Amino acid sequence: MDHEKGNVTHRLQAVNPLVPVPRGPVPVIPPASPRRKVRVTVDGREISVPEGTTLLDATRAAGIDTPTLCYLESLTPVNVCRICVVEVEGSRTLVPACSRKAEDGMVVKTDSERVRLSRRLILEFLASSVDVSTSPQVRAYMDRYEVHPERFGPSQAPSDGRDQARAGVHITSDGSQAAAVAQPVKADNELYLRDYGKCILCYKCVEACGPDAQNTFAIAVAGRGFDARISTEYAVPLPDSACVYCGNCIGVCPTGALMFVSEHDLRKAGTWDESRQTSTETICPYCGVGCTLTLHIQDEKIVKVDSPIENGVTHGNLCVKGRFGWQFVQVREKTQSGGDAS
Amino acid sequence: MVLRVLCGESSSSLLQARVSIFQGKETFVDAHFTKDHPTAAEQQAVDSVLGVPHSGWKGGPRRPDRDGHSAVNGHRLGADRHLLLPVLHAIQARMGWITPAALNYACQRLNVPPAEAFGVASFYGLFSVTPRPPCVLHVCDDIACMTRGVEDLCRSVESQLGPAGSPSLNGKATWLRSPCLGLCERAPAALMSRAGEKPAEKVVAPASPQSLLSKLESFANATIEEPPDRFEASASAPQASQNGHSRLVLLRRVGRMDPASLDDYRAYGGYEALRRALNFGGSWVVREVLNSRLVGRGGAAFPTGKKWDPANQPRYLVCNADESEPGTFKDRVVMEADPYSLIEAITIAGTALGCERGYIYLRGEYPLAGERLSHAIRVARERGYLGTNILGRGVDFDIEMRRGAGAYICGEETALFNSIEGLRGEPRSKPPFPTQVGLFGKPTVVNNVETLVNVLLIVQEGGESYAAMGTLGSTGPKLFCLSGHVARPGVYEVPFGTTLRELIEMGGGVAGSGQLKAVLLGGAAGSFVSPAELDTPLTFEGTRAVGASLGSGVVMLFDDSVDLRKILFRIAAFFRDESCGQCVPCRLGTVRQEELLQRLNHRKPMGSVEAELGLLKEVGQVMRDASICGLGQTASSAIESALRRWQLF
Amino acid sequence: MEDTDLIILWGSNARETHPIFFHHLLKGVRKGAKLFVVDPRRTSSARWADVWLGLDVGSDIALANAVGREIIAAGLENRRFIERATTGFDEYRKAVQPYSLEYAEKITGVPAEVIRQLAHSYARADRAQLCWTLGITEHHNAVDNVFALINLALLTGHVGRYGSGLNPLRGQNNVQGGGDMGAIPDRLPGFQHVENDELRAKFEQAWDVKIPPKRGWHLSGMFNAMEEGKLRGLYVIGENPVNSEADQGRCERNLKGLEFLLVQDILLSATAQLAHVVLPAAAGWCESEGTVTSSERRVQRVRKAMDPPEGAWDDMAILCNLANRLGHNWGCPSAEEVWNEVRRLSPMNAGMSYSRLESLGGIQWPCYDETHPGELFLHGRLWEDPVVGPPAKFSAVEFEPPVDRLDDNFPLRLTTGRRLESFNTGVQTSRYRSPLRHPEMLDLSPEDGERYGLAEGERVIVSSRRGSAVAPVRFDESLRPGLAFLSVHFPDEVATNVLTIDATDPISGTAEFKATAIRVEKIASPAKV
Repeated sequence: MDHEKGNVTHRLQAVNPLVPVPRGPVPVIPPASPRRKVRVTVDGREISVPEGTTLLDATRAAGIDTPTLCYLESLTPVNVCRICVVEVEGSRTLVPACSRKAEDGMVVKTDSERVRLSRRLILEFLASSVDVSTSPQVRAYMDRYEVHPERFGPSQAPSDGRDQARAGVHITSDGSQAAAVAQPVKADNELYLRDYGKCILCYKCVEACGPDAQNTFAIAVAGRGFDARISTEYAVPLPDSACVYCGNCIGVCPTGALMFVSEHDLRKAGTWDESRQTSTETICPYCGVGCTLTLHIQDEKIVKVDSPIENGVTHGNLCVKGRFGWQFVQVREKTQSGGDAS
Repeated sequence: MVLRVLCGESSSSLLQARVSIFQGKETFVDAHFTKDHPTAAEQQAVDSVLGVPHSGWKGGPRRPDRDGHSAVNGHRLGADRHLLLPVLHAIQARMGWITPAALNYACQRLNVPPAEAFGVASFYGLFSVTPRPPCVLHVCDDIACMTRGVEDLCRSVESQLGPAGSPSLNGKATWLRSPCLGLCERAPAALMSRAGEKPAEKVVAPASPQSLLSKLESFANATIEEPPDRFEASASAPQASQNGHSRLVLLRRVGRMDPASLDDYRAYGGYEALRRALNFGGSWVVREVLNSRLVGRGGAAFPTGKKWDPANQPRYLVCNADESEPGTFKDRVVMEADPYSLIEAITIAGTALGCERGYIYLRGEYPLAGERLSHAIRVARERGYLGTNILGRGVDFDIEMRRGAGAYICGEETALFNSIEGLRGEPRSKPPFPTQVGLFGKPTVVNNVETLVNVLLIVQEGGESYAAMGTLGSTGPKLFCLSGHVARPGVYEVPFGTTLRELIEMGGGVAGSGQLKAVLLGGAAGSFVSPAELDTPLTFEGTRAVGASLGSGVVMLFDDSVDLRKILFRIAAFFRDESCGQCVPCRLGTVRQEELLQRLNHRKPMGSVEAELGLLKEVGQVMRDASICGLGQTASSAIESALRRWQLF
Repeated sequence: MEDTDLIILWGSNARETHPIFFHHLLKGVRKGAKLFVVDPRRTSSARWADVWLGLDVGSDIALANAVGREIIAAGLENRRFIERATTGFDEYRKAVQPYSLEYAEKITGVPAEVIRQLAHSYARADRAQLCWTLGITEHHNAVDNVFALINLALLTGHVGRYGSGLNPLRGQNNVQGGGDMGAIPDRLPGFQHVENDELRAKFEQAWDVKIPPKRGWHLSGMFNAMEEGKLRGLYVIGENPVNSEADQGRCERNLKGLEFLLVQDILLSATAQLAHVVLPAAAGWCESEGTVTSSERRVQRVRKAMDPPEGAWDDMAILCNLANRLGHNWGCPSAEEVWNEVRRLSPMNAGMSYSRLESLGGIQWPCYDETHPGELFLHGRLWEDPVVGPPAKFSAVEFEPPVDRLDDNFPLRLTTGRRLESFNTGVQTSRYRSPLRHPEMLDLSPEDGERYGLAEGERVIVSSRRGSAVAPVRFDESLRPGLAFLSVHFPDEVATNVLTIDATDPISGTAEFKATAIRVEKIASPAKV
């Protein structure tokens, strides 16, 4: 924003000491340190980006839609899904675009046969082991990369033993079914559900619960290998964990593994219909921070609340009151005469 | 014993005095802990590593009259996080499993969220997060032991103790199958561990179906302390007990000296290299190592001199002793038989590079090496070879040892950093490389045990004359781990350039049926070669030329009675078990790879066998191309090399 | 907040009351900022602190003055800033002279060394933020408390610069906006003083009415006036004083004594149940259009996402309709039309058109015209050379203990506050099913629990000089002996404000919710919850 403008025009408007006067030139946001430009070639096109830019941003700057699953602007890249891999000339392996920084003279291919093969198989691996039915993102990528998860056989039936899996131990099957993470839904509170049969282990919820936003650390990745899973300590139910129900994990979940009970109930009843939903941005009433809420309304009822990830106040995060504390406007009709006091 | 190994090294030197004042139950920031209060035993286990709590906020008694008005260092979570792994070891050794109350208390003490600590505990194969009998028999059923009748052994154990994991001996013991225990020269091997007030570990190798159970019983009921294993050069390093040992350089002390005695070590030339290094100075040492063209012996074959760049101002020197590649045991032999040599080598490297501290990350399954190393560190410190003012030269340097807990992946250098830091042993993305961002985020040099031990030689003989040994691309001597169907398995030291055939002959030739079917070079992440390739010189460049790799120096022989397919299934199962699970290509690729092989095994291919083999290749390529680290990138290597050489399906 | 070197949270449990603000604070902490928390309880915020100063309730001024004295004694005050941009330093220096570290330790309980650490760290920091909430303002000497903190910022120059400043954290989305719009006794919209003839004339001309030239009452003044019979009719919009005011018994008596009570609310609150007429209203944040102002002076749009229930109108429609029926012609303007009137009359809002608020996602006042970006630094003027406007004034203030004294009859200090998942009197938050919620309990230190022979969950009689309530007890290790805590969220379960004292600050009118003297008594036959 242009702060200097304000100074010059309004310098002498101080009339009443209680009417704030324009500020002087001293406090300004320190400018970001100037960054050198580096030139990279993306799919044959040379582009110039500031030093420190990731290949993901470089390819996006070049107008290329590089797929991502575990990447989110507001979180530290963990580069685990590997769907964003690209080919860099001179590199033995493919490199993750989301976290690799552009270097001067890099030659990058985003759609080579190797890249396409990796992306296709990664999606096949996921779709053959995870229920991706509520992830429009994964499904769109599956179409783009002509994915056939059935090449690995029918997926295994749900199992409720995943929380007990021991590191370094598995039972070898005859291979006729593709091992899958299908398991019962964890419904241990009235605000949101954890359906880890839909979890692709992108680590986003762990990051949002942990150092990247909420700093509550109620969940972490437990176990190892195929049995790695998102878990509380000893898989205790959420009410026994450190969870504070901010729902910031739901906000970042790309697959619907974490879901509002309100959304889940509507989906179960078959009445969830995004085409009938409106979303309106407003301000949360519960404190003076001024968090933007996006209210998703279906049939005059709030069905879900989130916040725009690019919002400078929230970065997409809310607290329990903002995300779940809206029920009072909906119970009003029923309890209009009930009231607050006895 | 485990406790001693852990605490002797870490607690006193590491614990910063924490000044939290207000006494009472600390909760992790605003999170809550479970209501479980630790028993005296649980508390002692944790305190054995951390010392008694200074503050009630850390689990001591509340003294609010004095301290109710202030507290410090609330959020500095992570300051002691690196002690999480030693604490988990202590809990496991005391309680037999990681109990909720003990974990809870440990989290309070360390300011680590319980969910994260659980994530760490459940990452390691040697820890159990569910109740388990105190005594556990780990039977290695990996590929080297498969050549020595491990299936019979397991069947016998199963018939006597019941299915793996079930309690037996009146609930005192249980047994589990284990990946390679690094005892391949004495296959089939087993390792027993006993939790309790006097925890202990005991190696049984070779293990026989007849005697293993009685050994387990007496171990489960034992009250006296015994060493976890006995090192015998004749069994583990046959060259060292033969005539002609004098030609050996790396193994020259093995079997000759008392591994506990510093004076003995000095009598065999020990600590002369350190004196020389301190005399000539760090930059001289670094230059000699560069001139020696020493290449890392851990498996990745990276030039050591390139890592040793003082310009990076390395803060830590880490010795990777997490020797877990199936078929590898050379580092174990060095550490058990000649522990001071490693301590001296680390001291030379650390002081030459100006590092603040050295770390040895030792494989959790190596109890004897652990005892010997911690003893050697303690004695070296007492005698002025470690600590402050080393040899009176005004140089300070010290070494800490950490034990792994059953995770192959922690041999990957960045996973190893995370493991030391008390995080899950998940590899980090590279770049940045360890030389820039390593342990605790600081520039770090990581070297394998054997690599470091070579530095002693370089310092004493000079880089140029060291480089005269071996070949142009592979200088110096090399340790090989000969196992499987060979007459005299063990660690062998040869100059680079020796052919595979010559090495096998040194080992007394092919055992078993006497007809060689295949040789596995470099371990599970390496590749198979056929008898037609026996004249391959054992150098980095020579093996590369036949599409194989030296890896960690594994040379495992299979006679023609072996069903190679079973070996491949075991390798596939190994990678599935040992994948950390972080990235999709490896987490699921290793699963799909095993499933594909099992479909072929059960003759239930989907579509044609050719189509399945094509799909297997695709899976292999994606793991190689898109995995984060070397584990995934090499998880299909041995399997593909076998399928290239033999028509197995 | 993310780019600062030191953060002081004074009387604020922002971790629970301003969770998203706390995210920003933690980003700063993770980048290396030191965090000091001043709070009687070791709250979830305090647990993040490098240093927690657990002062005794109501001893804030003693602590702040000691910090100021120590900064001066150590020669760490920002001389240049003090000389250029402030007045009253000499009086201040004299006033804080008696507040030695040892004296402050005696009053606050905080060890002298820890106070010294706070003083030196704050004064030496290149950038430092000082934030407070109701722990400072819910006292009988609230304004003095605030002055005591402002003095520290003036002493060190930690104000009006990037990464440095004073931040009172507001408890609702539009507390600030209410003040902005003149919902305070002596101001017209835009903080224009009602007793200033020139400013008042501007409004009189625009509105074509005569505005009373004297300031009105604040809330506590109104209750006094009710008691004295000077105030006989009351129009309450979106407030629930029956549950939210200190000394609930007195509050209820006064409201019941009114000739006419009109309540406009979204729910039938306890106050609404006493009303002669209740006007059902739409929820401001999701059923009507308008603006709110956040703690950082950012004016933001609230939007209508859904229709209110049948029969409920939005506040503006009710007000205009009422005015029309009373014979004025207010018409039925849209929210934007009303806002544009604000922009015409309040210079600090002049540049905030709806379209700009929309495109910029909110603007921080002052914003004088449509080219002005809004101000990030309210007090940046103090750094201009020469300083623009009047210099900032030190206000010497003296420590005064809470009105409700502790004695043998009432030996425990009760303080009140919010819990994470709930909000104020619970009118709104009691309607969602939070797994975090537990029945309201009196939090006591485990030592006091033992002293009174109580078991967790046991119901006890809690009494103050004004009334008693029954509550189950819970042992909370963040409390030291002698300190107790209750929230005000569940008036139906535990009528906390039956206990609290309505000793109010003469300027702000805020009651001393934070300091009540209580005693706890066992019930003869203890009933477990």
